Amino acid sequence: MLKYSARRLLEAIPTLLGVFILSFFLVHAVPGNPAVIMLGTHATRHNIAMVTQEFGLNKPLPVQFLIWLWQLLHGNLGTSFTYNQSVWSLIWQNVPRDLSIVGIGTLLASVLSILQGLYQAKVRGSLPDQAITWVAYFLYSMPIFWLAVLLILWFSIDIPIFPPGGIQDPTQTVVTFGTWAAHIALPVICIALATVAYAGRFMRASVVDSLVQDYVRTARAKGTSEFSVLMKHAFRNSLLPQITLLGFSVPSLFAGALFVEEVFNYPGLGLLFWNAAGSRDYPIILGTTAVIGVLTVAGNLLADLLYGLADPRIAYD
Amino acid sequence: MAALPETAVNVLAPQPPKRELSREWRSFWRNPLAIAGMVLLGFLVLFSWVGPHVWTVNPQTFDLSKIASPPGPGHPLGTDSVGRDVLARLMLGGQVSLVVGFASAVVGVTVGSLYGLISAHFGGIVDSVMMRIIDITFAIPGIFLLLLFDSIFTPSATLLVFIIAILSWQGIARIVRSEVLSLRERDFVEAARALGASSWRIITKHYLPNALGPIIVYGTFAVGNGILTIAGLSFLGLGLPPPNPNWGGMLSDGMNYLFVNGWWLVYPPGLLIVFAQLGANFLGDAFNQAFDPRLRQGK
Repeated sequence: MLKYSARRLLEAIPTLLGVFILSFFLVHAVPGNPAVIMLGTHATRHNIAMVTQEFGLNKPLPVQFLIWLWQLLHGNLGTSFTYNQSVWSLIWQNVPRDLSIVGIGTLLASVLSILQGLYQAKVRGSLPDQAITWVAYFLYSMPIFWLAVLLILWFSIDIPIFPPGGIQDPTQTVVTFGTWAAHIALPVICIALATVAYAGRFMRASVVDSLVQDYVRTARAKGTSEFSVLMKHAFRNSLLPQITLLGFSVPSLFAGALFVEEVFNYPGLGLLFWNAAGSRDYPIILGTTAVIGVLTVAGNLLADLLYGLADPRIAYD
Repeated sequence: MAALPETAVNVLAPQPPKRELSREWRSFWRNPLAIAGMVLLGFLVLFSWVGPHVWTVNPQTFDLSKIASPPGPGHPLGTDSVGRDVLARLMLGGQVSLVVGFASAVVGVTVGSLYGLISAHFGGIVDSVMMRIIDITFAIPGIFLLLLFDSIFTPSATLLVFIIAILSWQGIARIVRSEVLSLRERDFVEAARALGASSWRIITKHYLPNALGPIIVYGTFAVGNGILTIAGLSFLGLGLPPPNPNWGGMLSDGMNYLFVNGWWLVYPPGLLIVFAQLGANFLGDAFNQAFDPRLRQGK
């Protein structure tokens, strides 16, 4: 297990390097000099030359890449062209906000989908089971941005319970827990519903799968209560696929978050990236891509390792 | 050993287990999911292509005296922000969505299947390198690539097809690869190889027919995802340039009328995207149940 973990960690290095190389060169394939964009339409040729020089944009691309990589390895993602602030600090401002909506949303979705899966497997074939399956189908087929728009329409316009977007009321200067909770409510609900739509389906399938296994039959034959069969056998064994599913869904979580942030005007990594792409802010584009790339690789790795820990039958050589 | 003539290969090689396509298709047609999926997609195709012949209002005609007017006579689904007929635009938008979704799935699945085939067939270092490349492209957020391509090129329907395909080929490549890896060790493939069958023959006669099930299943889901992706791109303003309508773009346009209860700009485009997704998901699940013997018996 230790050897396997070490090997997987080593294998992640060339993958990450590939991510960095590919994203760097792709970003620089975009035409247009960022210095021109940064300075606006009134820039003189002299100013453009100065800024180009200052940000090292006149060096050959491979050299620029090596400089960027060297800085990256030292934990320096550079300075944003447009915000005139270090990219790390920008990312650190946004990550907690993202974590609060994506993290709480996913957590909520996990709990809900486990309950849904257990319940549906318990009553499988019945009317409630089929009804839930159809609702999940519908939810699963809904684009996340439409869901977000509908949530605003229903819960902040038709029945004004929650604010339609942003992170604080314009009149307030101090963000209290109440306003924080109210502002993240709709984004959290949106992410939770979108996640539960596929995680719940998955959970139901794996619980049904484990309920027909021999060990469950043995447990039943020994007179184990139905509750205990569900919790001790079916539930624990169905957790595995759930772990893997979540571990592998890091990139789609971020993509979903971009839409959610866009609709609810909620500042996070997605919006940061989105605005940076509009203004050709290379350091931010590359920095967020690198961070998401690292998180994706880490998510996959973690899912793999947790899977091994949770299922002792899987032997790694 | 000298290669035997093709005919000898045919006679001597133990034949692969006959895939009884008829049984799979029968199971497919009996599945209510398949029928539901085909009804939904059939409706969308009729709506998008036959619809404009029935509802002949020009989807591009502006009418600034009727900006965002609610459904009424002349405009059964109301008008948009510059007074164009919503129903006619939904139909035109459907054509783009369905064609791009379908084409991107075909391109993505073809490229991915070939990639997986080559990777598994050659194995060894080729396989390792090819799979690492997949890991890399998987770890770069798709939206990042979309934004880049979109800013390099002016979006056209063809470009969108390829962009969406680039985002979706990795899954099927992995599936086909693992399918071929297990087929490679099977007796009938071993026998074909021993009898001197060419790589081409093994790939086309043994690998492809046996991997067809997962390819069809994945391809069906890919159509739905393609439609969803183009809607998402248009929602973000990265789709086809105006005045081309698209369901996603119309939805984002409708967001400006949320506070004045412009429901006719929010529900219809969203519902059509859901119909397309639902149709593709139903069909994909039905194919999955038909091709997977475990699921077929369970039914």
